[in-house]
Amino acid sequence: MGANQTLVKTVKVVSENFDIPNAHTLDVALKNGRYSSLDKLFTMSPDEVTQEVCLSGLRGKGGGGAHCGPKWQLMPKNDPRPAYLIVNGDESEPGTFKDRQIFQYDPHLLIEGIICSCYAINAHDAYIYIRGEYKGFIDRLNGAIQEAYDAKIIGDKVMNKYDFRVNITVHRGGGAYICGEKSALIESLEGKRGHPRLKPHGKECEWFFDNPATVNNVETISTVPFIIKHGYEAYTAYGTKQSPGTMLFAMSGPVKNPGVYELAFGNKMMDVINTLGGGMREGKQLKAVIPGGSSCPILTAEEAQNAVLDYESMWDIGSTLGTGGMMIIPHDVSMVDVAKNLIEFYHHESCGQCTPCREGTSWIDKILKKILEGEGEAEDLKTILDVCETMNGKTVCVFAPAVKDIIKSIIEKFKDEFIAEFKNKNLI
Amino acid sequence: MGKFKYTQENEVKYQETLKKYPKIDSMMLPALWLVQEQEGWVSPDAMIYVADKLGKSPIQVYEFATFYTMFNLKPIGTYHIEICKTLSCMIMGANELKQFVKHSLGIEPGQTSKDGKFHLSEVECQGACGGAPMMALNNKYHENLTVEKLEKLIKECK
Repeated sequence: MGANQTLVKTVKVVSENFDIPNAHTLDVALKNGRYSSLDKLFTMSPDEVTQEVCLSGLRGKGGGGAHCGPKWQLMPKNDPRPAYLIVNGDESEPGTFKDRQIFQYDPHLLIEGIICSCYAINAHDAYIYIRGEYKGFIDRLNGAIQEAYDAKIIGDKVMNKYDFRVNITVHRGGGAYICGEKSALIESLEGKRGHPRLKPHGKECEWFFDNPATVNNVETISTVPFIIKHGYEAYTAYGTKQSPGTMLFAMSGPVKNPGVYELAFGNKMMDVINTLGGGMREGKQLKAVIPGGSSCPILTAEEAQNAVLDYESMWDIGSTLGTGGMMIIPHDVSMVDVAKNLIEFYHHESCGQCTPCREGTSWIDKILKKILEGEGEAEDLKTILDVCETMNGKTVCVFAPAVKDIIKSIIEKFKDEFIAEFKNKNLI
Repeated sequence: MGKFKYTQENEVKYQETLKKYPKIDSMMLPALWLVQEQEGWVSPDAMIYVADKLGKSPIQVYEFATFYTMFNLKPIGTYHIEICKTLSCMIMGANELKQFVKHSLGIEPGQTSKDGKFHLSEVECQGACGGAPMMALNNKYHENLTVEKLEKLIKECK
């Protein structure tokens, strides 16, 4: 640990029960505070619940960081159509593996959060869309949901006494990254290809079979019981003024202790990497960090020194907090390989709906392949950056702009490594 | 009408799941998952069966099933080895795992071994980056994988 290193401590809002053995079973969950927010919940009106969540400043943990409470307020009032809560557990952003911790270690927390959120938006049916690869975690969550039904915690009444019906269904995805985009997720849930929808001009809720719906991330929903039980001030006691609260941060790559850590917003990135992460493994030096899932602009080791883990601070240094899944890149990995690896991912996962994205990812992939085969020329980097601009802001969803962000940032910050691969370096 | 049909058990599961959705359209993913759990893959015959059940045309089911990469559109081996190749796994040694499978089983990604036992896929991020490198063996995650551990797992399959 360096001389100026501050020891970072984890906090326990969502991760409170993660270390308790068998906390995924109902008995243990009940003994450790699960479902204890509900008695207070039903003394409040749905609007009061929404208001409490608004005051807490809770922001979406799936990568976008949109405020949760104001999102709930978009649900139409006195609408005769049924309302739906859709929980996004698609978690496919490379570097992100936090929601699975909730499925695995504390699924009853998610169920409790769903009850609270359904009550706030007056929804009686909740669908949890989980990526298909998470079969083991889906089974774990389904087991917990069945236990909750059997104990009459959910079903026609909540806790067998509150007159509010809640039904929860897990929907297993089929291996398409784009279904993590909320409107693509709904398309998929409606039995269609996961093609994102055009966004409305004004703010409005989502629509599931033309019925009002809200889509929230698993971790976001799992934070709600804490806010209800302890009040919004207990949540805003953590974090910064604009990024209040906590988040499950993930760390992967050659650090000594990769994993998921719940932290208040506002810690220095390097303190987190060096204390909780244990620093780099023997013989490895830090070269770069992709801060919050692969769709965030990359940070060089120098930039990472000044990075602070909250939304505003990350924007200030030209990146984003995303999902909080930090990918650590060591000195001995070529950045051209990193760019190629990520573009292969995006090329594979582009849904194909918009031409700039479908073709753009394919062309960047081809050009990087050519560079790696030693056939690169000075013009190639310019072409890639041109393609990036063609992809930016010209598509239905933010997939293509995110590809532009990551690829452009890698090329601009590590240009020498690309040039080193060129066959005729004199041309530069 | 083709030969594919849900087993009685899966027909019950199908009917139970159907009750949970406001419209039958939502049954597309669950219905295809039941097919794949039953057969190991989704045959054209099964797609027609699902189309018939959901009131869709076969081409609608086909265009859906071909979008979602987890559906096997050909029969695959008994043991499905899926090695993650995305960034953190790449950095932590996914390529060595792939090379080992290639050499020990003689299959490239996308191929099934001659005895029909193993099928190798190179897959994108599986959400196990903290345990990189990783593979899924018939949907079960194996994290912090080394060539030695992989060799042992493959031996256990034989």
